Amino acid sequence: MGDAEIKASSWRLVEVGRVALIHGGPSDGKLAAIVEIIDHKRALIDGPSTDTKTAVPRQSIALAQLILTPLVLEKLPRGSRTGVVKKQWAAAGIEAKWQESAWAKKRQQKERRRALTDFERFKAMRLRKQARFEVRKSLAKVKASA
Amino acid sequence: MRIFAPNTVVAKSRFWYFLMKLRKVKKANGEIVSLNLIHEKRPMKVKNFGIWIRYDSRSGTHNMYKEYREMSRTDAVEALYQDMAARHRSRFRSIHILKVVELEKSEDVKRPYIKQLLTKDLKFPLPHRVSKAAGTKLFVGKRPSTFY
Repeated sequence: MGDAEIKASSWRLVEVGRVALIHGGPSDGKLAAIVEIIDHKRALIDGPSTDTKTAVPRQSIALAQLILTPLVLEKLPRGSRTGVVKKQWAAAGIEAKWQESAWAKKRQQKERRRALTDFERFKAMRLRKQARFEVRKSLAKVKASA
Repeated sequence: MRIFAPNTVVAKSRFWYFLMKLRKVKKANGEIVSLNLIHEKRPMKVKNFGIWIRYDSRSGTHNMYKEYREMSRTDAVEALYQDMAARHRSRFRSIHILKVVELEKSEDVKRPYIKQLLTKDLKFPLPHRVSKAAGTKLFVGKRPSTFY
């Protein structure tokens, strides 16, 4: 009999303190922390960002509208009010951590690409062609020497 | 009298309906002096509500006690009407709300479906999710990833 190696699954959990990205609705694309689980389909969230543009008002939201991130506010008491969440949010440096993540960068790039004009898209294409040409040139050189 | 109704017109009508059950009064012999909308005191707090109802099913009248976990009393009553419509196909007209009580202590919660939400350090994964973007195109090259 072969040894079966059993590993616990590393799901991102819906839990108090979990930071989630809101998908759809008026605060689409903003971050908020889960403050309390209401039931299996809804949670109470609060996004106390210092910047008013990215702040999310405290509200009940369907879990279908949330995308869980790997970030968690550890030791956030259940049902804590905005002030406490704000303090922990700042102490954990959630905003900075999120901006550094590859996920946030990808989202930003997508947004910027979407806002480009036709001419700018053309310029991006030319630059990509140039980069590709350089890569292929050096590859050919290495192949020829080998 | 505290009445749960979608608007003031229905509220007034329900007031007379319930008053006629309590006393021998008609709408012709009375006048509604004031009608106030009661707002939730703490709408940003999650609460457990116990609701006692009496409802007419197709075969008889039943009393019932149900619990809801919501942020306001009106939300709980709305959830009740939806729940009763779903499980028993009963309409607004066939339900009387007898009492709505906020359950402040978790020992007072009786129903297992609310009890399970009150466990300490509750956490659960969302193991299988179909993203909305996956359904927008009719044909795609890749199967959608539902792992999350």
